[in-house]
Amino acid sequence: MSTNVNTIQDLANREYKWGFVTDVEQEKIAKGLNEDVIRVISAKKNEPEFMLEWRLKAYRHWASLEKAQAEPKWANIHYPPIDYQDIHYYSAPKTKKSKTSLEEVDPEILKTYEKLGIPLDEQKMLQGVAVDAVFDSVSVATTFKGKLAEAGVIFCSFSEAVQKHPELVQKYLGSVVPYSDNFFAALNAAVFSDGSFVYVPKGVRCPMELSTYFRINASETGQFERTLIVAEEGAYVSYLEGCTAPIRDENQLHAAVVELVAMDNAQIKYSTVQNWYPGDKQGKGGIYNFVTKRGKCAGVNSKISWTQVETGSAITWKYPSCILQGDNSVGEFYSVALTNNYQQADTGTKMIHIGKNTKSTVVSKGISAGHGQNTYRGQVKILKNAASARNYTQCDSLLIGDKCGAHTFPYIEVRNASAHMEHEASTSKIGEDQMFYLRQRGLKTEDAVSMIVNGFCKQVFRELPMEFAVEAQKLLGVSLEGSVG
Amino acid sequence: MALLEIRNLHVKVENHEILKGIDLTVNAGEVHSIMGPNGSGKSTLAQVLARRESFQVTQGEVLYKGKDLLAMKPEEAACEGVFLAFQYPVEIPGISNAYFLRSALNAVRNYRGEDELDAMDFIPMFKKKMKLLDMDDKLMNRSVNEGFSGGEKKRNEILQMAVLEPKMAILDETDSGLDIDALRIVANGVNALRSPERAMVVVTHYQRLLNYIVPDFVHVLVDGRIVKSGGKELALELEDKGYSWVEAEATA
Repeated sequence: MSTNVNTIQDLANREYKWGFVTDVEQEKIAKGLNEDVIRVISAKKNEPEFMLEWRLKAYRHWASLEKAQAEPKWANIHYPPIDYQDIHYYSAPKTKKSKTSLEEVDPEILKTYEKLGIPLDEQKMLQGVAVDAVFDSVSVATTFKGKLAEAGVIFCSFSEAVQKHPELVQKYLGSVVPYSDNFFAALNAAVFSDGSFVYVPKGVRCPMELSTYFRINASETGQFERTLIVAEEGAYVSYLEGCTAPIRDENQLHAAVVELVAMDNAQIKYSTVQNWYPGDKQGKGGIYNFVTKRGKCAGVNSKISWTQVETGSAITWKYPSCILQGDNSVGEFYSVALTNNYQQADTGTKMIHIGKNTKSTVVSKGISAGHGQNTYRGQVKILKNAASARNYTQCDSLLIGDKCGAHTFPYIEVRNASAHMEHEASTSKIGEDQMFYLRQRGLKTEDAVSMIVNGFCKQVFRELPMEFAVEAQKLLGVSLEGSVG
Repeated sequence: MALLEIRNLHVKVENHEILKGIDLTVNAGEVHSIMGPNGSGKSTLAQVLARRESFQVTQGEVLYKGKDLLAMKPEEAACEGVFLAFQYPVEIPGISNAYFLRSALNAVRNYRGEDELDAMDFIPMFKKKMKLLDMDDKLMNRSVNEGFSGGEKKRNEILQMAVLEPKMAILDETDSGLDIDALRIVANGVNALRSPERAMVVVTHYQRLLNYIVPDFVHVLVDGRIVKSGGKELALELEDKGYSWVEAEATA
């Protein structure tokens, strides 16, 4: 027993390797939030009038929620009240003007990405992956733009999209996650400073994987990005997102919004490896990751897949969802969420079936170690007109040690009698029997744990693009270091 | 020097004394059978030798290749060549049989300072050993023991032994749950591994298995003590007279 627990502890105690701070000159807006701050952000980004108006509406909505203390309280997570006036809402590395090539990016920032294993130099990059790098609140570089443009694909920072493609932004911004959707979505809509924008025109299969790498660097700063991906009729795109942050004693707020729109026969595959700083072994510091992600299968036969591997953050609150509006559309959610030490996660999905013959698949794998608390919360809703809708949900929890917790809250609402629903759930524990068996065959304790955990997550890993799957496996090993004895 | 030397071994499991002073010497090349009624401590002995750490050794010592076996972790003992064929093999969902066994083999090879085997070298060897145990190739890519029948699980244990080539193999009730055909296949697999360098300790409740794996020595374990030792004919005598015979003799 004690040895088991110790190894899990050892695994858990491995250090967070991405916790360094980059020394760059920052431009920050003073702490606090009011209409003037919104105006400054919008002005800094040289935004058209419609953007400022939308932001102000969002801010007023958020302010009314804040006043009514309507911050969501229903999730199974616990944290002291956040003082929203004690946060910087905008931070950017200081630059003279907007950048047109990599040579103009601060070498310190390039070094940061190099250190993270994300070389922005196109020559050195993994073939077939284009990267948009977001440093604190702004996009610092986007690679392979030329090659993508040849195919007609737009892949750029959100700010650039606002300048160059305002009609597209205006058409789709808030069309899936309106500013009034929830407390954090409203906050994001008011203050978001950058993010990624992807537009894949009709009939185009995006020739490479697209990826955004988010890095928080500044202290006492919130990070609010917004990603918008539109796949027109018959288009296909696979998008990856990764994130890290420095080690800091304070908790930092990250409230992002992601909107996906898939038209007739279009397909969007969205993969996340989330590795924000999780806090230390005593639960001090770490990112509050309060994120709204939603995709709309607007067209017939469209498909949206969410795959996420969540190992970081002190608190994760996120439910990547699909609105299955087009007939025969398909929504998928594959998730691995790991909580160790004092991490908390309340994550899952919503599958809203509106069209006929719509189909959704939910596979959730929760791993809890240390004092980690892991909650799956998922909603499947079959509306009146969704004839012959199908859902399959599988949700498995794995416990390592005896101080952690796993919780499952499925919500199922069916308004059409022709629906087929399947729900499977399991909870297991890495037991002494399993550990003894693997160690008796010569495997060291941490290798044995890592093997059991990887086996447990296999269904999700095989949905990830190859390089990401390898990274995810390694990350899981690192995140669990010290958790088994 | 004996390969394994157990002296006055006392073991507690969950605060109950199960082994109450075991003495046993096993030399390389020998096959020993441990027999005994249910609850006599056979499985405890098998697992404590494989270094199950939750079992508490209160007295005695065990020397393996002259080293203190009781000071070793399970993975060290495994890398030193101690193998336990489990009575109840565990399932490992999502990990293929081939991947698992290659990882185990490479862990052992690493320990010995040998190069790791890649999949290209491993698979042909693995397939050959599977043939020895009349196992379907499909079991190679299935998750370890998941959805295996009782017989397939036991064969899988012997397959692992064949791949890992231990110095000292301990078989814990490998015959339980096997029909007569499966028993013969498993026994053939075990016999193919008998060699002058390798010792085996075969734990069994029934004499049946010993018709196929003929032991050099038979020991009868009753209430945590070896009460009688002899040659292979002792097993037949037990079959004939039942355990009550030695139990009576032991208390006399």
